[in-house]
Amino acid sequence: MLSVLVSSIFLIICFLLQSTIFHSLSMGGIIPNLMIILTSSYGFMRGRKNGLLIGFFSGLLIDIFFGDILCFYALIYMYIGYLNGVFKKMFYPEDIKLPIALIIGSDLLYNLIVYIITFFLRGRFQFFYYFLNIIVPEMVYTIIVTCALYPLLLVVERLLERNEKEGASKIV
Amino acid sequence: MSPVLKRPKEKFTLPSKYLLFLLTCICIGIMILSFKTPNINTPLNSVAGMVLIPFQNGIAQVGSWITDKSDQLLEIKDVLAENQRLKEEVDRLTIENTKYQQERYELNQLRQLLKLDEEYSEYEKIGARIISRDSNNWFSSFTINKGSKDGIKLNCNVMAGSGLVGRVTSVGPNYAKVTSIIEDNNNTSGLLLSTGDHLIVTGDLTTIQKGMISFSKLVDKNNKATVGDKIVTSNISEHYLPGILIGYISNIEIDSNNLTKSGTLTTAVDFEHLEDVLVIMELKQTVEQ
Repeated sequence: MLSVLVSSIFLIICFLLQSTIFHSLSMGGIIPNLMIILTSSYGFMRGRKNGLLIGFFSGLLIDIFFGDILCFYALIYMYIGYLNGVFKKMFYPEDIKLPIALIIGSDLLYNLIVYIITFFLRGRFQFFYYFLNIIVPEMVYTIIVTCALYPLLLVVERLLERNEKEGASKIV
Repeated sequence: MSPVLKRPKEKFTLPSKYLLFLLTCICIGIMILSFKTPNINTPLNSVAGMVLIPFQNGIAQVGSWITDKSDQLLEIKDVLAENQRLKEEVDRLTIENTKYQQERYELNQLRQLLKLDEEYSEYEKIGARIISRDSNNWFSSFTINKGSKDGIKLNCNVMAGSGLVGRVTSVGPNYAKVTSIIEDNNNTSGLLLSTGDHLIVTGDLTTIQKGMISFSKLVDKNNKATVGDKIVTSNISEHYLPGILIGYISNIEIDSNNLTKSGTLTTAVDFEHLEDVLVIMELKQTVEQ
């Protein structure tokens, strides 16, 4: 229950930051993708089910405020969360390489899907322009923000785990 | 925990595979529904608006404060160099000014002919502040802090200064989503003021960083259109009121079909530093189908 509360608070804070303050801190008009960091991190930290639920709700939030079609982003984020959950077996908290790689991969995948569905299908074929001017800068900026956000998520997650164990041992 | 208590809990856990499948079906269902009924997200809008808009209001103020401060710091260096340059320019401009004062008389007469000023002031407008912007880098819609409570309706036109920003595409009780004309999937019907020819203005992500969007399908039989000409919203536009300034032609080319022209235009509004907008309360008159 506590973990649901914590992740929803993170979700709302990330959405608020991304849609407001990060536009003031944008580099060349590019903002980082906090929702992908969140979806991806909870995916490989907590598993497929949590990943897909966090993804679904972060996408839904974007859909409500900025989407043209309801549930479009929800669907993309949900699958990204689920795919990240597959890597839970390989995830160790001490290892930073896998999380970084997964977050880069998720951001790339997300942007490719958005490009293909909303741009490529409308006949905007200059893929390399969009790749170099939108996708790559976003990935770089997202990684920079990951370095600050991911450790925070990890620490909170460990505290939650410890809390759960203590709670369980008390009852036993 | 005792095993007796644990058992019913385990019954309810749904394997993630099925949950994924279920949610996918729900998503696709809602997507199809939202194509058919544009107002499907009204209840969601109200809930989300109540919870999140107060926060966004607050953070947006902090955000604009940060931008102000960082801009100030960056500008001090430039300002000193600019001051020197500007002093020289003042002399030059004083000479030019006298020339323009003569031309102003002529301009006033032309303005009266166009009646642009009068048309703008006829519309009832309310001011609104931008509180959040699209969370991905592909599109540039934003939300404003006025909603249906303040009388904003779907398809209300949005301006900033004297130029067109976009229109309201979704309304919540205390906020509204504005789709801007620079969005890549947005087409606006425009009118070239100098010749009265119609054209299509299309948002373009590849040129917007230079403050430009593209236009096409301009039939300019007499070759009168030149760089710097004004483009306004056309009277045949579906959602936009006629005569609102969109921008100025910055580049014009003849299409390969030799019939129409296309090119880029500089928008009248600086979309990068947009903070406050004006919403026109009057809606474009449409024919009921």
